[in-house]
Amino acid sequence: MSGTEKKIHFIITRQKDSQSAPYTEEFMVPYRANMNIISALMEIQKNPVNAKGEKTTPIIWESVCLEEVCGACSMVINGKPRQACSSLIDQLEHPIRISPLVTFPVIRDLTVDRSRMFDALKKVKAWVPIDGTYDLGPGPRMPEKTRQWAYELSKCMTCGCCLEACPNVNENSSFIGPAPLSQVRLFNAHPTGEMHKEDRLAALMGDGGITSCGNSQNCVLVCPKGIPLTTSIAALNRQVTLQSFKNFFG
Amino acid sequence: MERGNHQHFYRKLHSLSGIIPVGVFMTVHLFVNYTATWGIESYNKAAGFMVNLPFKYFLELFIIFIPLLFHGIYGIFIARQSKNNVKRYGNLRNWKFFLQRMTGLIAFVFIIWHVWETKVQVEFSGVEADYHLMAGIVDNVISLSLYIIGILSCIYHFVNGIWTFLITWGFTVSPQSQKVTQYISFGLFIALSFIGIRAILAFA
Repeated sequence: MSGTEKKIHFIITRQKDSQSAPYTEEFMVPYRANMNIISALMEIQKNPVNAKGEKTTPIIWESVCLEEVCGACSMVINGKPRQACSSLIDQLEHPIRISPLVTFPVIRDLTVDRSRMFDALKKVKAWVPIDGTYDLGPGPRMPEKTRQWAYELSKCMTCGCCLEACPNVNENSSFIGPAPLSQVRLFNAHPTGEMHKEDRLAALMGDGGITSCGNSQNCVLVCPKGIPLTTSIAALNRQVTLQSFKNFFG
Repeated sequence: MERGNHQHFYRKLHSLSGIIPVGVFMTVHLFVNYTATWGIESYNKAAGFMVNLPFKYFLELFIIFIPLLFHGIYGIFIARQSKNNVKRYGNLRNWKFFLQRMTGLIAFVFIIWHVWETKVQVEFSGVEADYHLMAGIVDNVISLSLYIIGILSCIYHFVNGIWTFLITWGFTVSPQSQKVTQYISFGLFIALSFIGIRAILAFA
């Protein structure tokens, strides 16, 4: 069977470490039914031999949940940033080209450092503060209508696809990117979270905040969770405008 | 200026200045130009009205030159920050984003040339700013083509700027409203282009 079996052709952008230059390496992976990018990368890991038949180092990547909810396995697959776990081999154009999300610093091969997204979430205070020295009791209720759209925003898994697609997120700009902006809308909509609305909006009016958005609207098209990012950004624009009037006129 | 704490304020000022007063002035300017299609007399009369407004230097400085310079120079800062990726993401709004920056740069160069010929030279050499001055400038194909490219760039930049202005100030939040204003801005592009091109052709 071995000589005649179907193979999948991969062209993968690799990088030895954060300092070295990227290069591409090609692989021929034996086909199995229902494979995704992760299972193909696991095959390479089991048998790290490239298309020329040379022994090489296994490819390094990140993945956790394998069901498109953790956001760890984002990579650029055939030119589009998406999750490797939900990218099925049977649905992709061949040869399959894979590269890391270059908006982020590459650590090795397909592994990138997305800590800037966590830093941004801290900057905009994307949480509901409930800790106290005594029981604060139940907060106000959230209207069902709000809960429905807020749930959609809560699906954000900090995967970084929107930052990768955004032309304004790069080394020349301090823009925090679409994902953390949408989280501000989520926590400002929460009845308890709303009590810290001003703090979050103040962060958005700071350096690299919401005005760095240039409305290319790529983010909403690449979001694997279908989050209405551009609606969130526009809604926050309204909140920010009203807040700045409040700040100035009192 | 760009990475400091005042980024938000400058960006908002940049956004606002593009519409008021720069965009509004440009629209008035295009309408005044259109009178050239009614004949030399009409144009000279309309242009004369603009030139003979009271407090002319004050108006020019605060309604035209200061906002225009700020919008242009700060706009170059903004344009330099983006890494255009229309090749990878070829959707319409990404193209509009790219064109907004391209037309802004073209408009910047065009307006410097235009102000040099029709304002600086007029102020310092005593030439009259009338129909014949403009007709002299666009009497060859190259200048006329450059003028048409410049005018179309300014108009595109303005109408697309209205579309993004409505988003960045929080007027159009829903995708539906953004779609409708996109159609309106396209219609406005056609209308203003018709006015601008017919006017410049009246001088040629």
